[in-house]
Amino acid sequence: MRYPEQFDVLVIGGGHAGTEAAAAAARMGARTLLLTQNIETIGQMSCNPAIGGIGKSHLVAEIDALDGVMARATDQAGIHFRVLNSSKGPAVRAVRAQADRALYKHAVRNILEHQENLSIFQQSVVDLIVEGDRVVGCKTQMDLDFFAATVVLTTGTFLDGKIHIGQDQHPGGRAGDAPSSALAKRLRALPFRVGRLKTGTPPRIDGRSVDFSELEQQPGDDPRPVMSAMGTRRQHPAQTVCHITYTNETTHQIIRDNLQRSAMYSGAIEGVGPRYCPSIEDKVVRFAEKTQHQIFIEPEGLSTTELYPNGISTSLPFDVQMAFVRSMAGFANAHISRPGYAIEYDYFDPRDLSYSLQTKALQGLFFAGQINGTTGYEEAAAQGLLAGINAARKVQGLDFWEPRRDEAYIGVLVDDLINLGTTEPYRMFTSRAEFRLRLRQDNADQRLTPTGIEMGVVAAPRQRFYEQKMRNIATLKKDFAGNCIMPGSDLDHKLQLSLRKETTLLDALRRPEVCAATVANALKLDTEDERSMTVLRQLETETKYAGYIKRQDDEIAKIRRHEAMQIPPQLDYSSIDGLSNELRQKLLQQRPDSLARAARIPGMTPAALSILLIHAKKAASF
Amino acid sequence: MIFAPDEDLICAIATPPGQGGIGVVRLSGRGAKELSERLCGKPLQPRRAVYCEFRHAGEPLDDGLALWFPAPNSFTGEEVVELQGHGGPVVQQRVLTALCNGGARLARPGEFSERAFHNGKLDLAQAEGIADLIASTSVAAARAALNTLQGAFSNRVSDLTKALVELRVQLEAAIDFPDEDIEILEHAGVAGKLQELSALLEQSISSADQGRLLNNGIQVALIGAPNVGKSSLLNALVGEDAAIVTDIPGTTRDLLKVDLLIDGLPIRLVDTAGIRSSQDQVEQHGVARAKAQITAVDLVLLVVPAPEFDGASVQGQIAELQAFAREQGGPPPKILVVVNKMDLAPAPVDLQFANVAVSALTGKGLETLRESLHQQVGFGHDNIEFTARARHVEALQAAAQHVQDAQLGLDQGLAVELVAEELTHAQHHLGSITGELTADDLLGKIFSEFCIGK
Repeated sequence: MRYPEQFDVLVIGGGHAGTEAAAAAARMGARTLLLTQNIETIGQMSCNPAIGGIGKSHLVAEIDALDGVMARATDQAGIHFRVLNSSKGPAVRAVRAQADRALYKHAVRNILEHQENLSIFQQSVVDLIVEGDRVVGCKTQMDLDFFAATVVLTTGTFLDGKIHIGQDQHPGGRAGDAPSSALAKRLRALPFRVGRLKTGTPPRIDGRSVDFSELEQQPGDDPRPVMSAMGTRRQHPAQTVCHITYTNETTHQIIRDNLQRSAMYSGAIEGVGPRYCPSIEDKVVRFAEKTQHQIFIEPEGLSTTELYPNGISTSLPFDVQMAFVRSMAGFANAHISRPGYAIEYDYFDPRDLSYSLQTKALQGLFFAGQINGTTGYEEAAAQGLLAGINAARKVQGLDFWEPRRDEAYIGVLVDDLINLGTTEPYRMFTSRAEFRLRLRQDNADQRLTPTGIEMGVVAAPRQRFYEQKMRNIATLKKDFAGNCIMPGSDLDHKLQLSLRKETTLLDALRRPEVCAATVANALKLDTEDERSMTVLRQLETETKYAGYIKRQDDEIAKIRRHEAMQIPPQLDYSSIDGLSNELRQKLLQQRPDSLARAARIPGMTPAALSILLIHAKKAASF
Repeated sequence: MIFAPDEDLICAIATPPGQGGIGVVRLSGRGAKELSERLCGKPLQPRRAVYCEFRHAGEPLDDGLALWFPAPNSFTGEEVVELQGHGGPVVQQRVLTALCNGGARLARPGEFSERAFHNGKLDLAQAEGIADLIASTSVAAARAALNTLQGAFSNRVSDLTKALVELRVQLEAAIDFPDEDIEILEHAGVAGKLQELSALLEQSISSADQGRLLNNGIQVALIGAPNVGKSSLLNALVGEDAAIVTDIPGTTRDLLKVDLLIDGLPIRLVDTAGIRSSQDQVEQHGVARAKAQITAVDLVLLVVPAPEFDGASVQGQIAELQAFAREQGGPPPKILVVVNKMDLAPAPVDLQFANVAVSALTGKGLETLRESLHQQVGFGHDNIEFTARARHVEALQAAAQHVQDAQLGLDQGLAVELVAEELTHAQHHLGSITGELTADDLLGKIFSEFCIGK
């Protein structure tokens, strides 16, 4: 049967990518349908119950700056908030929240259900409907055909998912959920390169069986940060604590003795796992000299006793899981409530995508999230948002939005993926961003909200909020620039400046030893007022970093000049002298559209770039 | 058969132009062997010299040896044949014509090195080393250029990069993985490593600077009032009459440039018009050019006469030169005062500035002047490790500056992210020397060094 209503955007999948994609497209006015296998699992956190962290909260802030779902939901569901890297500088400072799974899911669903232009439908998708080189809809299990101008595919780990526990394996998209095997089979028939990745989860533990007196306690931060720029502490539910325990020699011995029974070490798994999130058996083997590994015990929620022991993901058989869990301090009588497992799944080589996340092979088809080889809720959500925006823009007949590496972590993420591909699940780190001093969490709104307003993805309340913040910063800056501190004055003493001549407050803020907190105290400002402190801190960062930002600006200007140097798509690389065969292959494969993008191809040399430049110029002059 | 375009067959005369006992024509690219065999009329053996007659269209051109280097074990990484015949423009030209008729084309200048570079046989610094080796004007320069070619300089840069990356791995791991119980260098450890790196960089800068001097030589300007004997001094140093010397002040009106080699150091000596106010337009022009030299050269020889010597006036001239350089926005000039004509008057003593007393006429003091030239530019020709170019020295200096800024930042308690930023820039500058554009796998190194992961 053909579903009677025609949509603008179909989003397949209700995870973190799917929900952001659907919500963003709907905010932009596109008639959007979210198709999910199970409405109950919309916004489900399949891995650990935390949002944010280094590099990741930067993505969350960018999603927030475009009025997305994730940060708002986190403030409604967060039960433990911390600021990471608080002393290492504003650019790498990050917020991480433990979330109550149930509250998080509830918050996401609530936001979606109140979103205009957005409908939700529960049904497994089995095929895409393709006409020529464009996708026009999809077919569900009960033979229902949905038609739309664009389709965003966000199927996560569900494509041909296979779960491994020891030597046992069975199909699954997540423990307790069926994989999307029919769709995977159909997609494999389309002209996309497919690879296999794996990830793992630890066994979950019933908190009633844990002796917390033997564990280190880790409370949340005070003052407590918020995730969304518009968030407040009052939104947060009750707060709780996390704990830390350690593995020991006994744990390691048990694991070593049973290595051959691990799915990974017995060769049952063909997919590649992330190096920064190794299984416990990997850690014991690769870092044999370490006598202990730190394990974070995260609460699953306020209304459950279940715990998530972060750091012992495993594909060992259940009896071994039980034995090694019980060898850890505080876990002698631990009861495992869900066994740990490794999951293997299909992903599509992201090099087959363009910057908009539209596939190169099929018009109107966008891929977002783990399907592109990434890992993490935040990475998935960021892609979902981008794909949703671009699907809506395609419907509106507008150019795609392609954020750049110097504008947003979303830009870094997509640029890395589509140019370099990935061989392991891709996770964001601040060290991936060469312009990270500009890409701060605190200025995500300044970087992106104006664009968001222009694209219509930012609703009125956030626009007003943003404009107010900008006015506050401008006012404060003017005040500080006009406010002179006299040598020997009260303020001079309070800020410990030992001035020799009068200095504006703004110039004083430039000094490394003067920070927002001391200024706030000296001026008797209300340090509890999070919003005005945010403004003050931002003024501080902008003042102190002006020199560094200027240097990066110069570099970016150089890159933009190179970007303006377009390489014609039909450039015949095979007829260009002086390129190595390896480089020629890469150029043929990737067909960079500008000199700047060519420069990012691994192995590119200045000599080859100058050759490209000459040929690009020659080709352009015809 | 269609050849891949980057392996199209190129040929060129590899020996210097002119007549010589032996002249080598080199061929590189796919089909080099086949074409050579047609020319030689017999099969070639890998890396074996084969004696044969070079013939084209039935006509003998020359006879000599043919040497075949199969790919990739050749200079360019491609199939290479060297045809060693007799050195003579006509003979070699005929061989080249025969090769071009057979499908090869004339190589562009530097194309052999370029191919070697693209095929990973050389990095950028090595490729430049080849150019230096060919152009080297002294034995020491040739030896140093050979070292560069063999990677001495690249190895040094790669050692520096390695040390830098090690530090960056530490800092980036601390930034991206604050939760992990990984052992990261403490503040003192980072400071110590930065100090080591800084020292290593300084040492490399001075080595590279020596290499640059050896390679490029230095420019030295003779500056002074009219008729103090600048041109006589030039002739005395060169050992022949390069400049017209008269007793008429203002004889030298334009710049006169002479290249000479003084104990291994190539020097370009620039004689200038005497600086005085003159009504003669041509001479005025010459004076302006003389002044412009002050910021363009590595060393200024301020020539003053021993008779009528006046220390205060010399100080005044030095100040004037410095002021002029400042006006031009250039660095302060290096000035050596040469007291000339000591055959006519005793050399003044107890001077407050660097000076040498000479007589251009008798040659007295010239040896000391030669030594001073070396000293003034810091050239010690004993153990120069490699040749380098000005851009290498600049890149090393830029890297050193960023490392120093990182040290300073660490001392002042700046955020780690700013220290890390400086080191990123430092690495970028080092990378520009060997032509590595893309960042290496910093994260990969972090994952292999630290047990990361929850």
